[in-house]
Amino acid sequence: MTDIESAANRTTEKKTLPVAIELRGISKSFGSVHANQDIDLCVHKSAIHGIIGENGAGKSTLMSIIYGFYEADRGEILVNGQSVRLHNSQDAIAAGIGMVHQHFMLVDTFTVLENVILGAESGGLLNQSLNHAREELTRLEREYNLKVDLDALVSDLPVGEQQRVEILKALYRGAEILILDEPTGVLTPQETDQLFEILKTLKTQGVTVLLITHKLREIMDITDEVSVMRGGRMVAHRLTQETDKETLAELMVGRKVRLELNQKPATPGNVLLKAENLTVVDDKGVTRVKGFNMELKAGEIIGIAGVSGNGQSELLQALACIQPLSQGSLQIHQHSVTPESPCNPAKARELGLGHIPEDRHQLGMVTRFSAAESSILGFHRNESINGSLLMHNSKVEKHCEALMEQFDVRPPHPQLKSANFSGGNQQKLIIAREMTQNPRILLVGQPTRGVDIGAIEFIHRQLIEMRDQGCAVLVVSVELDEIMSLSDRILVMCEGSLVGEVAGKDADERTLGLMMAGTPLDKARSGSGPGSPQQKTINERPAHQILSPETSG
Amino acid sequence: MSTTNNTLPRWADVLLIPIINIALALLVSGLIIIAIGEDPIEAVKILLVGAFGYDEAMGYTLYYTTNFIFTGLAVSVAFHAGLFNIGGEGQAYIGGLGVGLVMLALGPILPFYLLMILGIIAAAVFGAAWAYVPAYLQVYRGSHIVITTIMFNFIASALMVYLMVNVLIAPGSMAPQSVMLADSSHLPFIHEIMNALGYEMVHTPLNISFFWALICCLLLWVYLWHSRWGYELRTVGFNEKAAGYAGINTKKVVIITMCISGALAGFVGINEIQGVHHKLLLNFTAGYGFTGIAVSLMGRNHPVGVVLASLLFGILYQGGAELAFEVPKITREMVVTIQGLVILFSGALAYMTRPWLEKIFSLFSRPASATTQEA
Repeated sequence: MTDIESAANRTTEKKTLPVAIELRGISKSFGSVHANQDIDLCVHKSAIHGIIGENGAGKSTLMSIIYGFYEADRGEILVNGQSVRLHNSQDAIAAGIGMVHQHFMLVDTFTVLENVILGAESGGLLNQSLNHAREELTRLEREYNLKVDLDALVSDLPVGEQQRVEILKALYRGAEILILDEPTGVLTPQETDQLFEILKTLKTQGVTVLLITHKLREIMDITDEVSVMRGGRMVAHRLTQETDKETLAELMVGRKVRLELNQKPATPGNVLLKAENLTVVDDKGVTRVKGFNMELKAGEIIGIAGVSGNGQSELLQALACIQPLSQGSLQIHQHSVTPESPCNPAKARELGLGHIPEDRHQLGMVTRFSAAESSILGFHRNESINGSLLMHNSKVEKHCEALMEQFDVRPPHPQLKSANFSGGNQQKLIIAREMTQNPRILLVGQPTRGVDIGAIEFIHRQLIEMRDQGCAVLVVSVELDEIMSLSDRILVMCEGSLVGEVAGKDADERTLGLMMAGTPLDKARSGSGPGSPQQKTINERPAHQILSPETSG
Repeated sequence: MSTTNNTLPRWADVLLIPIINIALALLVSGLIIIAIGEDPIEAVKILLVGAFGYDEAMGYTLYYTTNFIFTGLAVSVAFHAGLFNIGGEGQAYIGGLGVGLVMLALGPILPFYLLMILGIIAAAVFGAAWAYVPAYLQVYRGSHIVITTIMFNFIASALMVYLMVNVLIAPGSMAPQSVMLADSSHLPFIHEIMNALGYEMVHTPLNISFFWALICCLLLWVYLWHSRWGYELRTVGFNEKAAGYAGINTKKVVIITMCISGALAGFVGINEIQGVHHKLLLNFTAGYGFTGIAVSLMGRNHPVGVVLASLLFGILYQGGAELAFEVPKITREMVVTIQGLVILFSGALAYMTRPWLEKIFSLFSRPASATTQEA
């Protein structure tokens, strides 16, 4: 444990700087699971401190303890040198701690102003609070350079601005320590840049920022110090400028990692999935996908890039025959689907269409089912597990055991509840289920969302292997890194329409980012798109690089 | 870090919590009994003797239990599909109507075995039909099943009054009751069977529909956990979106489930009409449909749990009646209060004690290993 020793040394070296928040020996367990164990952390005032770790490393639990959602079983929290007990989030707010959640806690139908005062009204009469808040917020906006229209409805704001509302909310409540939980997951690269600018301003104004993320690049870009968590423990503290991505990745995973993914060029075959003028209108009458055209060939991977909520989810569901088409047509391997002759997911499966959905908890599995039961979802009518009347549970269990062995799902217990597996293992189970049915076409939504690095590598390799076996693969992901490393062709979507296509090997993050904001390809290439207020180059990297670990041996 | 609130061992969840809940209900009941100046221990004794102490008590207890099993199962099966069927009362009523009509029409001409099977079919079809309408309205017209099933209870009640008063009333009778059913349509009483076997037993309403109730438990268990249809039903109940993803026709599942639920409730009609009263009459459902909700909640929607909970409510009904009879100060209303407390603690407040219990259990299970294993 030399990491911890050296970390301790560093902390003593820096004792001179004032400390905003300090954790001493924080432990928290849920049942038999140690989520956090003897966590020591020292965050200096007016610093941006990153906390990085794989999913399940205990980052979120730790932040929930700091924000008062959970109480630690043991340990001490000191804010500005004083020991505090945080029983709930009110205590945390009172101690000057604010939190911006991964999923925004905003009321869509309220204005920005109303959202900000929600829960912090200064009296029984609303107008008084609103006026007071308006003054205060105008001051905050000026001070921190945070531009938001206070009278806009939250539902009308782009995601990046909604996030700013969350930050304003925290500042309005007097937060001096701001926790951001995976703040960039839903942002375009440009919006991410803007967020980072805001964070830097906050820092110069004396706000301490705790940034939780699993993206190494963000840590390197913006933080002053970084702490690495693994398996519920704090394994290292580093000054950002004294470390590098490779070291951090290795600390996170606990073994050596390699940051590249090798793949052979694709050899596309016949068109297996074809969308023509595909249009989807949802229940509320909103057009989600507008006139989408695409040809997906055997033996290639198409990546659909776009900021979350720009029609990718609906497109994926339409292709999987879950969401009915409003216009246009879909050709699934000879079978034609139109609004007049709709298809359904069961029929699509018969046609050889596998679907790994974006939202594994909502769609991909039934969290309250056992793993064995979840492992047959969608294939529960297969003859291999059914008699003429009864379902053979022992066969279901054997099937699940086989999947778990083949795809290294841990723990390999078919009777364990699906919800009790980690995100990565849940995803592996779903992927196993879909891939082992030998689909001709495989639709994959957010293949590695909430999945730890070790499993990301595994999942990516599986997808490429499917491609090499002649399967037509379509990947929808909000992670540009992932899209760029996997895809042979990249289609970019914005507001439900196809903006353009980029060959995977030619793609770079900046161009894709501009296209995701609606700038056509030619303009994006020449770099004069309207969607780019800042023309700063984010991070020039070759396209075929991704954070992907590999065992050293 | 995802956390599950699944820290209790299964046996505690399934057995300990219901027992604690009943204990709490009895404790509060005891306080009430003390408050009116009676001895709670004595009251419990009378209640238990009244429910089990002699053949007749036993027969009545199990007769009530039979009804509760049917209505409890009806609520359970709907619950597994995420549906709250409050219409058990009406479905039972109409199920009984179906049994009565078939027996009135065919009783005189068909033999017992055929009539027994026809009775089951009639109760199922009529009960299912009464549940089908709310199910259809929910699936295709978007009206909520909780509202429509409640309303259908009233419609059933009004319909029965109309039919009994105007159509089915026995000629020359003052009471709204039909003519007696033919002997061949009567289900054998248990005491008749026992007497035939040489064991003396007094007359009780317990009849062979009790065994049909137990068979229904077994069938439902097999259906829910050992068939692809049950798998689909539970998928719809847990997560309708995932069901859609899996290509399950959720509309069909909702309708089929409600029909099964209605059929199960309708079986109360077999016990009451074919088994006990041997004629059509008003109000034979006597609130069994509503109590079925509490039975199902208490039995954790599992057939075995439903049988145990039904037995408990059978005891409360029969023993409670005895208690009201034996102790003048404890009125029928008092007994209803005790039943209400049991329903309150084991139904509405079923999970009240859970957090405390979890804390106690976490004290005893200090975790040994440290990390969560990630792949």
